[in-house]
Amino acid sequence: VNVPARPPAGRTLQPGSLPTARTGRFDPPPELAWIRAREPLSPLRYPDGHLGWLVTGYHLARTVLSDPRFSADSALKRVPVPRPGADPFMGAPALPGWLVDMDPPAHTRIRRALAGQFTVRRVAALRSGIARIVAEALDAMTAAGPPADLVAEFALPVPSMAICELLGVPYRDRDEFHRHSTTLFALDASAADADAAMATLTGYLRDLVRHKRVRRGPDLLSDVAARDALTDGELAGAGVLLLTAGHETVAGMLGLGTLALLCHPAQREALVRGRVPVDDAVEELLRYLTIFQFGVPRTPVEDVPLAGRVIRAGQSVTVSLPAANRDPDRYPRPDTLALSRVARGHLAFGYGVHQCVGQHLARLELRLAYPALFARLPGLRIAGGPDDVRLSHDMGFYGVHQLPVAW
Amino acid sequence: VDDELRVEVDADVCVGAGQCALVAPDVFDQDDTDGVVRLLAPHPDAASYPAVREAAALCPSRAIRIVAPGRRA
Repeated sequence: VNVPARPPAGRTLQPGSLPTARTGRFDPPPELAWIRAREPLSPLRYPDGHLGWLVTGYHLARTVLSDPRFSADSALKRVPVPRPGADPFMGAPALPGWLVDMDPPAHTRIRRALAGQFTVRRVAALRSGIARIVAEALDAMTAAGPPADLVAEFALPVPSMAICELLGVPYRDRDEFHRHSTTLFALDASAADADAAMATLTGYLRDLVRHKRVRRGPDLLSDVAARDALTDGELAGAGVLLLTAGHETVAGMLGLGTLALLCHPAQREALVRGRVPVDDAVEELLRYLTIFQFGVPRTPVEDVPLAGRVIRAGQSVTVSLPAANRDPDRYPRPDTLALSRVARGHLAFGYGVHQCVGQHLARLELRLAYPALFARLPGLRIAGGPDDVRLSHDMGFYGVHQLPVAW
Repeated sequence: VDDELRVEVDADVCVGAGQCALVAPDVFDQDDTDGVVRLLAPHPDAASYPAVREAAALCPSRAIRIVAPGRRA
């Protein structure tokens, strides 16, 4: 791990903007570690000049994310890394069904309409279906290669097919919605392009929801529609969130996780030979890589005393999940990938009432996909030069755009 | 002092994240319609105490309360 020397010690950090430049492929920007060591709650200057706060400590992150005084309402939200030309202050109410931008009780109603579809028991029942998807993706990749782009042939198709089958979205439309969801999460996409992508996806899901209300299928959208708890618009909005987040995130973890395992041969060997339980390995990869890379925005609705400071009502707060998951107060030697450690309790899926509703599905996909990949292709290796591995520094979810491999 | 661990859940704040059903399935289950926690065993076996404590610590909406700590294990 290549971490530059710390800056000179001082009592208080000058408020700076959120560090975003990585120096290692798997490590968060090193400045986050210095900030956390000095002030796990530190002043943060937002791009519009607003003075808010950055949370980098694990325990403080849990405190903020589970305290209902810290609102997730997009009408109050300010993001630390805005799109080019966009106002970092969102200042608009949540779109219908877009539950990440809502507080209880509005949030609770939509969350409960969805959460029954993602229970531990329901997701466990998807195991054989996901295993088949993984096996078919490996069949197709090995039939066409080597070489192959692991992202295009495996990391993206597996979660994409899984979420399509679960939701009841036709997989043949994947190229179209993947293009729009890439725009939605791309930091360099203009606000106009992102709005257009959102409108297209929402329209697509709304048509699909209306169709499911008439012709019910064995899928999530049909089930939720049949309960009549959500309007067409709300279910379409929630559907966009599940569809886009449901494949971009796992694709990021599969691509980046495979790269991490290829770069840590002893760890990979321990996983392949069954010396570490795959469930533990997946939790550690989730912690170590924490792909939701720029942090969760929150806004206190009243003054909140915290860590010897007072966060004023309306002052924007960014909770850095990658920094919290590398906190040495919670995880000894946090910058080491150690598949055998007990990483459970990490914040890769967030914390509080907004913690990822699809987390058990994500876990299941990862638990099946990594071992199947290395069992099928024991000689898997990176092909091409270092520049051919393209990492997604430019996305809200960190991951790999392209990973050329051979076997 | 009660020797047995006793656990309570607050279904009103639960968001159905399912951490409890994942780590302590003998004690917690989830409703199939809304994912909300169902308490199977308010007085769990001593063998389940560590898992119940972990579930309470992991719960993202803090819906699990251990009302008697359970001194036997």
